[in-house]
Amino acid sequence: MTAYLPEEFADLEPFAAKWCLPTEHERHHTRLASTMEEMQALYDAAMPRAEQAMAYLEKLPYDALPDDALNLLHLLYSMIQVSFPVEVWHQPKVPDTGSAAFDCFIEPTP
Amino acid sequence: MPRFPKPPEGSWTRHYPELGTGPVSYDDSIDPEFYEREKRAIFKRAWLHVGRVEQLPRTGSHFTKTIHAANASVIVVRDKDGTVRAFHNICRHRGNKLVWNEDPTLDVEGSCRQFTCKYHGWRYGLDGKLNFIQQEGEFFDVDKSKYGLAPVHCDVWAGFIFVNLADEPAQSLRDFLGPMVTALEGYPFDKMTSRFGYSTEIKANWKLYMDAFAEFYHAPILHAKQSPEKFSVAAAQAGFEAPHYQLDGPHRLVSTSGIRFWELDAESVKPVDALTRSGLFGPWDKPDLGPMPPGVNPANCDPWGLDSFQLFPNFVILIWSQGWYITYQYWPTSYNTHVFEGSAYFLPATNVRERVAQEMAAVTFKEFALQDSNTLEATQTMLETRYVDHFLLNDQEILCRHLHKVVGDWVEEYEGAAR
Repeated sequence: MTAYLPEEFADLEPFAAKWCLPTEHERHHTRLASTMEEMQALYDAAMPRAEQAMAYLEKLPYDALPDDALNLLHLLYSMIQVSFPVEVWHQPKVPDTGSAAFDCFIEPTP
Repeated sequence: MPRFPKPPEGSWTRHYPELGTGPVSYDDSIDPEFYEREKRAIFKRAWLHVGRVEQLPRTGSHFTKTIHAANASVIVVRDKDGTVRAFHNICRHRGNKLVWNEDPTLDVEGSCRQFTCKYHGWRYGLDGKLNFIQQEGEFFDVDKSKYGLAPVHCDVWAGFIFVNLADEPAQSLRDFLGPMVTALEGYPFDKMTSRFGYSTEIKANWKLYMDAFAEFYHAPILHAKQSPEKFSVAAAQAGFEAPHYQLDGPHRLVSTSGIRFWELDAESVKPVDALTRSGLFGPWDKPDLGPMPPGVNPANCDPWGLDSFQLFPNFVILIWSQGWYITYQYWPTSYNTHVFEGSAYFLPATNVRERVAQEMAAVTFKEFALQDSNTLEATQTMLETRYVDHFLLNDQEILCRHLHKVVGDWVEEYEGAAR
């Protein structure tokens, strides 16, 4: 099986298939469909590696990131996404938001 | 003692005596009949922001905009000479909607050399001129020059495209915007093209969501849980005070003071904020945007947080001290529903760290906006019970008072003139 991530970040590979998502829409909806245990696991694994990941990605051309680097960047975006349930809300959804949902219709790439 | 000096009258509200200080009614937000009056008096007469010039990069680039509150669908297009033009989105032949794909109720964007009607193939130039009639000889003495697309008044300020659906607008766009808003000219809106855009349908009157973002009195309470306890407890005890409010015609502004998050101790900052060096106020490492125009931070607050410019009727430009900006737009679809669009704009990132900081700021913005929207349906449904009909506003809520007053004034003035 081909790895999603650069081999230096093989320890994060178990999270890659689920969380290397290119759009905010996918990341937000995966968050809403995940348990707190799943998100805590991603958070605990990715937070201590994030500084190294940014240092790794910084050395590559920002406009032409290879696929595995792009996956790593998307994993960092997912880490940011789950940080709110983990650090702040203690539940997947923003509390008291009822049926409110914000649809992201445009975002920069990468 | 106030933390910031207030005007000599003792309060911001009394500084603008026409506002009064008494309780207010929100009848203007729960009455279907008032909404019809608002449509005629405001949305068919005021300049309305519909997009930015970056959405029209080339000749023939266009988008459509449905404006329910003015009962209109408008095509906005870049003509050959670079001019941005607007037309009613209707074919002059039998009234078919001219530009749409698949579902005529949805707005579209695209690029073309001319507009061709799906129904009988009539064709219009980017300047709106009727260029081609299928089987023209079957018609009766048609003067094509009289059957171009119906134009809509359209003008551009600082790259923001505005339309006006009046037959003849009472003011030019520039006069309408006035000196407080036009003093933002020179801010590098044109360079800040990295955009995160969100939209949602809100089950509340458009003015109630404008009110939610027009005061920060709610911030230490509604948003308390978004910060570590040490920070939120201190914030709630301190309460909120803005150093500066300003009204200019129908438009209004609040400036806030800033927080140097990067100088706070670790217990006051979320771990992911510290890691990404970003958060609610934006990236901690501020990009160099060059000298700021005089309209930005008009009271010279230091540290300065943000300026929220609320352009009548339904558009907000919020400039953060940390070198990014947000826009809010509120499009009424009925007296108790509207579509909200919020966008965050940054300089295009040049490296991964800048981009990660932008992602953090954008995600944080959405979390806060979701919290801000969650009270609206609850407020709308209870106001509609009509058991209670007058409500208090404090000095930090002066901009809410002003919005509802200006809406009432526009309706009165329009109906008075028509009598």
